[in-house]
Amino acid sequence: MLIRVSRRSDEKESAVTDPEIYRQRRIFMQQCAAGVAGLAGSLLVGGQARAGLTIGAVQSSPYSTDEEITSMHAATHYNNFYELGYKKEDPSRNAAALQTEPWTVEVEGYCENPGTYAVEDLVPVDQLEERIYRLRCVEAWSMVIPWLGVPLATALKKLRPTSQARYVAFQTILDPENLPGQRRDVLDWPYVEGLRMDEAMHPLTLLTVGMYGQVLPNQNGAPIRIVVPWKYGFKSIKSIVKIRFVEEQPPTAWNQATPHEYGFYSNVNPEVNHPRWSQRRERRIGEFRKRKTLMFNGYAEEVAHLYSGMDLHKYF
Amino acid sequence: MRAPTAAGWIKPALFLLCLVPAIDLAHGAWTNTLGVNPLETLTRSTGTWTLRFLLLTLLVTPLIRLMKAPVLLRYRRMLGLFAFFYVSIHLGTYLWFDKFFDWQEIWLDIQDRLFITAGMTAFVLLVPLALTSTRRAQRALAHAWNRLHRLIYVATTAGLLHYFWLVKADYLEPIIYASIFGALMLARIRKPTAVSAPGIS
Repeated sequence: MLIRVSRRSDEKESAVTDPEIYRQRRIFMQQCAAGVAGLAGSLLVGGQARAGLTIGAVQSSPYSTDEEITSMHAATHYNNFYELGYKKEDPSRNAAALQTEPWTVEVEGYCENPGTYAVEDLVPVDQLEERIYRLRCVEAWSMVIPWLGVPLATALKKLRPTSQARYVAFQTILDPENLPGQRRDVLDWPYVEGLRMDEAMHPLTLLTVGMYGQVLPNQNGAPIRIVVPWKYGFKSIKSIVKIRFVEEQPPTAWNQATPHEYGFYSNVNPEVNHPRWSQRRERRIGEFRKRKTLMFNGYAEEVAHLYSGMDLHKYF
Repeated sequence: MRAPTAAGWIKPALFLLCLVPAIDLAHGAWTNTLGVNPLETLTRSTGTWTLRFLLLTLLVTPLIRLMKAPVLLRYRRMLGLFAFFYVSIHLGTYLWFDKFFDWQEIWLDIQDRLFITAGMTAFVLLVPLALTSTRRAQRALAHAWNRLHRLIYVATTAGLLHYFWLVKADYLEPIIYASIFGALMLARIRKPTAVSAPGIS
């Protein structure tokens, strides 16, 4: 049973979507009345029961940018996802190596509801929002991507973190038998990331299951990832299998690999020099001229207060 | 011993062969098939081809010894000049597409970023080699020419450092290129009188 409500941005993308990747996996979008959307949602939940194959209504968001959206082809064929290979074109080629079914997320640490969760438990299909965010990679390129998800805060509140939880640590799947990138010690696998509690609870931080109106392609971090739009892309950890509430600042993968290059915070900041890339400018994928990089990737109004009084050159 | 002369078609054929990567890139640029970030592809590819041509140039001397074929010497200049050709495009893509000729930014880059410092050093060292590649310069400089052109060892080392320092985590490819360079250098310390067995373990 397939119900597909077409959208303006769908048309071009469907032509470039690899049918292998999306076979049996679709998100059906609905931008109009919530009642109709809810109906479509319940119909489809009945039809497709497997974990991760979410569908649902999509609400637009005031947090979305109206900048031109990067083509879906670019966003799905130019990826940093070292688990699936170290070159930009590797993750799309090796996408099938990531096994997303079955998938569960372990919740541990300082919270009242630890346990094993399905993707739907954390991201209810009828609450999906579309958020069109700028994505700024530390390598000085950027994209504009329409994500589908729920605020991470919504999910975390259900887990009821206790007062001892000051940070949230995330972990990506570890599966060196299948994931070609994990067969060499290029990074200290598994990939780990973390956020301070107030960053995790910030309404911009999105727990994401889809993009461009569809289920996340494997190379973009299926079936569940976070998106933190004011930080460099590597903070937005993909294919999450573990969420842990902790008291101390947790280790993060790139920081462990090269501490003087990648800090725990890694907020987009044109003023903080990086030994490899000047962070003053960026190339928006698809454009020739470079753009000026904005403080906190243009989200300063929303997030600058989180860091008031902090020396951002020290806590880079 | 082989005859000291080679067929006249070899040089033009080699020339065209050396141009293939450039033609391939130009074709890719024209047809927009250089991937999602074509400017990055251009920079990366010309950088890689520079290293390959430097190593090919350095391969000629050991190969002459190994094959006892001094005729190969006549192709070395072309290989070296192609290394310079690709490094010039490589530098050009950086100056234009990356920095849009913002000389202040470029100067900061050279000072701040070690891999740029190394890459720029490699380029600067290759300039006099390209300029003195003519037969006339060779004759005029006599013995000094040989000493001057040993700069290729320094330039290649700088080019390899440039590669190592720009890589984020996956060092496999720079290690491969550095190993080949190491092997070619080892092949040079082999005594010229030794029997032609591979000098590397």
